[in-house]
Amino acid sequence: MSVPAIEAGQLSVSYGGRRVLDQVSFAIPPGSFVAVLGGNGAGKTSLFRAILGLTTPEQGYVRVEGQSFGKGRMPVGYMPQMRRMVAGQLNGWHMVAAALQGRVWGLPWYSASAQAEVNAALEAVDAQDLAMRPVMSLSGGERQRLLLAQALLDQPRILLLDEPLASLDPARMRETTRRIYDLARERGLTVLFSTHDINPLMGFMDHVLYLAHGKALLGSVDEVMTTPALSALYGAPVEVVRADGRLFVVADGGADTLHCCDCAEHTR
Amino acid sequence: MFAYEFMRTAFVAAFLAAFVCGPVGWFLVLRGQSFASHALSHVGFAGAGAALLWGQPALLGFGLSAVISGMGMGMASDRVIGRDVMIGLVLSLAMGIGALCLHFLTRSAGAATALLFGDILGIAPSSLYWLGALAIGCVVCLGVMSRPLLFASLQPDVAEAKGVNLRLLDVLFLALVGIATAMCSQITGVLLVFTLMVAPAAASLRLGFGPMPGMAVAFALALFEAWGGLCLSWLSDCPASFWIALLGSVVFAAANGVAHLRGR
Repeated sequence: MSVPAIEAGQLSVSYGGRRVLDQVSFAIPPGSFVAVLGGNGAGKTSLFRAILGLTTPEQGYVRVEGQSFGKGRMPVGYMPQMRRMVAGQLNGWHMVAAALQGRVWGLPWYSASAQAEVNAALEAVDAQDLAMRPVMSLSGGERQRLLLAQALLDQPRILLLDEPLASLDPARMRETTRRIYDLARERGLTVLFSTHDINPLMGFMDHVLYLAHGKALLGSVDEVMTTPALSALYGAPVEVVRADGRLFVVADGGADTLHCCDCAEHTR
Repeated sequence: MFAYEFMRTAFVAAFLAAFVCGPVGWFLVLRGQSFASHALSHVGFAGAGAALLWGQPALLGFGLSAVISGMGMGMASDRVIGRDVMIGLVLSLAMGIGALCLHFLTRSAGAATALLFGDILGIAPSSLYWLGALAIGCVVCLGVMSRPLLFASLQPDVAEAKGVNLRLLDVLFLALVGIATAMCSQITGVLLVFTLMVAPAAASLRLGFGPMPGMAVAFALALFEAWGGLCLSWLSDCPASFWIALLGSVVFAAANGVAHLRGR
């Protein structure tokens, strides 16, 4: 049996004094494309930070390819949630290139091979035309492409993508998901893809990792996205509605409002 | 103009200040910390006043207090951001302490003017050795840390995930800003540090240069301002600080115009 790409055992993580992950265990098979779902504050970003070694678990462990790597040494490309771009006045090429061996002391001087690697990453996400444009002039979707290119540097075997569809319109969501899926298949990458909306990922994901109330449920779409499974996870009545090839999760008024339902919130 | 030793000294001192202010200012503007140079110059004023009171060189007091304060800001960066009232009070207190120290000096008026508005023509030739050593040390340190600093400045989350120590870089960089501020204050005075530290760097970034050329252009623009200010001061008999401040504004406005024409 192959070593899991990412494995968590009894993992507990707190954020802001609140336990967001409570004794969570799962094992992600290598090469799989996993949608990490959950509402705001469900612990998606905390999980990613724990995998990256940026948050120390209160309890349990998380391993990457069966090992506990030191911070910054794991073969993981990370795309954080898009925040204000500090590099507004630099162009796209320099923003991406800054991540190439960015932890090494010295001058930000790029050899021919380093330049080729940056160009290849830009080409992989079809962002060559963004290379010479100031970052501040780019749209949200264009900036996301640069961040994705940055995550591909240094030949990662695992990608952690935190809300890569945020601020994109539905057509761009589907296009971005396909681009990431194709890249992952082509390079044999394991992808953890956090999102509020499962529908742009339909047909692409191998597994769903659903986070709610500090707990996690990992399985195929058909295993996880069911009324009994999610009701058990939430500990409250939750209904999963399939309509026109799309999934809607509808929470009871007493439970948290869920967000994995076609961008909008549906409560009753 | 170059027949006088004080003018030759002033040109060398201006070169050294620009050599440091260009690249340090470039990172300062990139990181959105322009205000830090202004804050550290205020704190440095108190240190310089105290040093003069105790018979020590103003540069020593200025430098020490600015570097220590810079490192403190770096260590407390998360807690300082957004606390504008507290920052304002600390800066006012620093200026007040500086004013108190100068009050007890017999030559307080001249010293206060020199500290606040600069006295580039009064720099002793022997000070150039100190300024030179500080400039080289500062630029070498910045060069060594510039790659991770650039990464941390642009993408702090990703940089941290890749093992970059953000806190260490914050502390080291703001210590360098403290040194650069101390050097710059010798030329422009406490109140006009912004003009030599921030204006050339902001203009360089506005013009869209990458990191290495950007720092070089920031240095060239800072040198243009500093030497231009000296020349105009010589010709007009107005203070060099005034001309440097004016040239700083002109340079930034021109860079904005060029960027606008290029559609940036």
